[in-house]
Amino acid sequence: MDAQKTLDAKGLACPMPIVKTKKAMKEIETGEILEIQATDKGAKSDLTAWAKSGGHELLKTEEEDDVFYFWIKKG
Amino acid sequence: MSLNKMHASEVAAKIINKNDLFILDVRNEDAYADWKIDGESVTSMNVPYFDLIDGVEDILEKLPKDKEILVVCAKEGSSIFVGEELVEAGVQNVSYLPGGMKAWSEYLEPVKVSDLPGGALYQFVRIGKGCLSYMVESNGEAAVIDANRMIENYTSFAENKGLTIKATFDTHLHADHISGGKDLADQMGGTYYLPEEDAGEVTFDYTPLKEGDVFSIGDVKLEPVYSPGHTIGSTSFIIQDQFLLTGDILFVQSIGRPDLAGKAEDWVTDLRTTLYDRYKEMAGELTVLPAHFSKVEELGENGLVSAQLNELYRVNDGLNVEKEEDFRKMVTENLPPQPNAYQEIRETNMGKISPDEETQREMEVGPNRCAVN
Repeated sequence: MDAQKTLDAKGLACPMPIVKTKKAMKEIETGEILEIQATDKGAKSDLTAWAKSGGHELLKTEEEDDVFYFWIKKG
Repeated sequence: MSLNKMHASEVAAKIINKNDLFILDVRNEDAYADWKIDGESVTSMNVPYFDLIDGVEDILEKLPKDKEILVVCAKEGSSIFVGEELVEAGVQNVSYLPGGMKAWSEYLEPVKVSDLPGGALYQFVRIGKGCLSYMVESNGEAAVIDANRMIENYTSFAENKGLTIKATFDTHLHADHISGGKDLADQMGGTYYLPEEDAGEVTFDYTPLKEGDVFSIGDVKLEPVYSPGHTIGSTSFIIQDQFLLTGDILFVQSIGRPDLAGKAEDWVTDLRTTLYDRYKEMAGELTVLPAHFSKVEELGENGLVSAQLNELYRVNDGLNVEKEEDFRKMVTENLPPQPNAYQEIRETNMGKISPDEETQREMEVGPNRCAVN
C-alpha cells in the first residue's frame, strides 16, 4: 500500500509508538496515509482504538517476522 | 514531588483492608471494560493514555484532591508517562503500578486458612485474576493444589518455612490459567497428579489422581473425591474431614460451567449429580474452599475466600434449582464469554504447546470466567 509517510517505531515500548504516530500524523494532510511499523504487542489494540477515537481510518494491518505494520488514513 | 510506586502487593493490601484508592486506568476502553482492578474501596476512572499525550489539563478537576491516585496501564510505560504529567501539573500523591495489569494478574497473596495437625492450610489468592490455589503443610512436608504458573511464590514460601513439596495436584485440566503443577513438582522432586479422565491428550508424564487414594502430608490426610461436571475428571479434596476443596465445581456465589472443553451437553448431568447428590451427602460443616472467586465481595477477612457447605445449600442459587431441565438451561445457555485464550491455555496445560513466558502472560490476561453467574 502506498503511504505518504512511514514511521519506524520498532523496538519502542508503550506509549512511544502512539506518541510518535500522533506527531507524524500532524505532518501529513487529511486523506494521506501513514505507514507505521512497530514491535510492541500492545500497539495493535491501542493504535486501533486511537485511530477510531481520533477519526482516522485504519486501512490495513499486517504481521510479519514479529513486526506489526499499520496503514492509517488521516481523517 | 515525584511519582511514587505502588506495588501489586500494596494494592492488594488496600483492597483486602478496604482502604480508599482512586485508580486512573489509562488502557484503552475495550481493555478496561473487559477487566480492571476491582475492590469495595476502589473507585476507578478510564481515560486512554493516547488522549493524555498532549496534556492532562482536561481531567485535572475530575481527580480527587484528598485521595491517593494510582495510575495503571497494561505494562507500566504509559502509566509512568501519564503519572509524570500529573506530577508536573501539581497533583499530589500520585503513584503508578510497576508491571501494570500484568503484575496485577500475577500477584498472589498467601492467606492462612487454619491450623492443621503439625502445620497449617494456606490459600494463595491471585486477586487480580480470581484464582485460588492451596498449600497444605505439616511436619516439614507440603502439597500444593491447583498451582499457578508463577511457581516461585510456592517455592519461596516453602523455603521460608523449611518445607519439602512432596506432591502437586491439579483438581482438573485448567482452561483459564496455566498450571504450575508439573513444573513445581519437577523442580522440587515431587510427584504431579492429574485426574486421568482429563489427561487423555496430555503429552508429559503425570501420576493419575484417583478417588480411593489417600495422601498423607505429615500428619494431615487428603482424600480425593471424584466430582465431575466442570470437566469429566474434576476431582475434589477433603482435607482432614474439615475442608472441601471444590476446584471449579462449586464456588461461594456461583457454580462451575461445563462448557470449556466443548462438552456442555454431555457434562451437565455429571455437574448436577456432583452438586445435588455427591456434595449433598457430605457433612454440612465442611468448609468449602474453591479454586476461584469472581467478585471481590467474595473476599472475606484477610482476603480469604471460603464458606460452609450447608450455608451454600441455603444461599447459592446454583445449588437451588429444583428442576433438572432448568438447571440444564442455566449451565448451557447464556453463559458468559469464555476465558481469554482458553483453548491455547488448555493445550499448554496438556504440554501440546510451550509458549514463552511473555506469551503465557498475554494468554492469561483478563478474568477467569469459570463460573456460571
